[in-house]
Amino acid sequence: MARRENPEINAGSMADIAFLLLIFFLVTTTMNVDSGVSKKLSEKPPADYVPPVIKEKNIFEVSINRNNELLVEGERMDIKDLKEAAISFVDNGGGEGKVENGVATGPCSYCKGDRSDDSSDHPNKAIISVQSDRLTEYGTYLTVQDELLKAYSFLRNRLSVEKYKIPFEELEESYKDNRANENLKNKVEFIKTAYPQIISDQEPTN
Amino acid sequence: MSKFRKKKKGMPAVNTAALPDIVFMLLFFFMVTTTMRETSLQIDAPRLPSATEVKKLEHKSLVTTIYVGKAKDAKYGTSYNRIQLNDKIATADEVPAFIINARSKVSEAEVPFMTTSIKADTESSVGTIIDIRLKLRDVNALKISYSASKKTE
Repeated sequence: MARRENPEINAGSMADIAFLLLIFFLVTTTMNVDSGVSKKLSEKPPADYVPPVIKEKNIFEVSINRNNELLVEGERMDIKDLKEAAISFVDNGGGEGKVENGVATGPCSYCKGDRSDDSSDHPNKAIISVQSDRLTEYGTYLTVQDELLKAYSFLRNRLSVEKYKIPFEELEESYKDNRANENLKNKVEFIKTAYPQIISDQEPTN
Repeated sequence: MSKFRKKKKGMPAVNTAALPDIVFMLLFFFMVTTTMRETSLQIDAPRLPSATEVKKLEHKSLVTTIYVGKAKDAKYGTSYNRIQLNDKIATADEVPAFIINARSKVSEAEVPFMTTSIKADTESSVGTIIDIRLKLRDVNALKISYSASKKTE
C-alpha cells in the first residue's frame, strides 16, 4: 500500500482572487476628503420684520459686479487688498461696544486699529456686507468670502497668541478633542465673541 | 555521497504562501476607506474654487450634496448653471423636496446637524447659488458648506 500523505489544498489561486478584489476597490476608492467653506444662513425673517437700524460706519460694504470687479466702501479694490482693508475695519475699535444682557462691553481693549471716527466702533458691532450681482462668477464670490474669513482668522489668531500663547486653530483643535474641558471652552468662546464673524449677504442685483 | 545527490533536482519553488495575506491586508484597507459614489454625475465634474479657510466635512451621513455645473447632456444648454439633485438635472424649486427627503433618512435629533454641501463650478453664477440658498432657508436647512479645495499659500 502506498504511503498516504496529507492532501494539501491548493491555495495558489487565492492570491489571484484577492488581487481581483483589491483592484476593484482600488479603482472605486475616492480618497479626497470633502472640505468647504462653511456658512450658517440666517433664518427666514417673519413677514413684518423690521431690520434694525445700523450706523453707516459700522457697515463694511463689499460689492462685486458682473465683471468680477470689487467695490469696497465705494472705491475700486483688488481682491488681494481686501483682507487688509477688512482687518483695519474690524479692528478699528473707535467707539463703544454693544450692550449684551444689560452689560456694556465698553470700548475695545484688545483692538490695535487706528480708532478712527469713520470706521467701526467695536468688532462685535462691525458688519461686513457682501453684495454681488446675479451674474458674478461663483469662484470670485467664494474668493471674496475666503478673504474676509482670512481677515477674521488673522485677528482671532493674534488675540489668541497674545492671551494664551497658542494659535486659535490649535486652541480650537484641542477643544474639539476634549469637549469636557471648561477652561478650553471658555477660551474658545472668549476669542469667538471678541471677533464674531458677522458677514451678511445682501440680495443680489440683477 | 550518492546518497545526498539523489534528493533534490531542479529549482526549489518560491514560497508564496504569504502573498495572499499581504494582498488581503491591502484589500481590507481599501475596503474600509472606500466610500461608494452614490450618485452618478449628470454634470461635468465641477471645477471647485480653492480657498484657504476650509473646514473638513464631518459625519458623511449628515451631508447632502447639491451639484451645480454644466450638464453633460447637450439638451440642457452649455451654461454652468444646471443643478443636479439625486441623479437628475433639476431646478431650484425642487430643492426643498430634496432636502426633506434627505431629512427623512436621519433621526430627528440629528436634523439640526445636517449640512448641505454645494459643489459648484467656479464659472457658475452667484444667482444660481442664491436661488438654492433661498430655497434652503425656506426649509430651515441653514448649515451649508461651499465646497472648495484647500489652497496652500
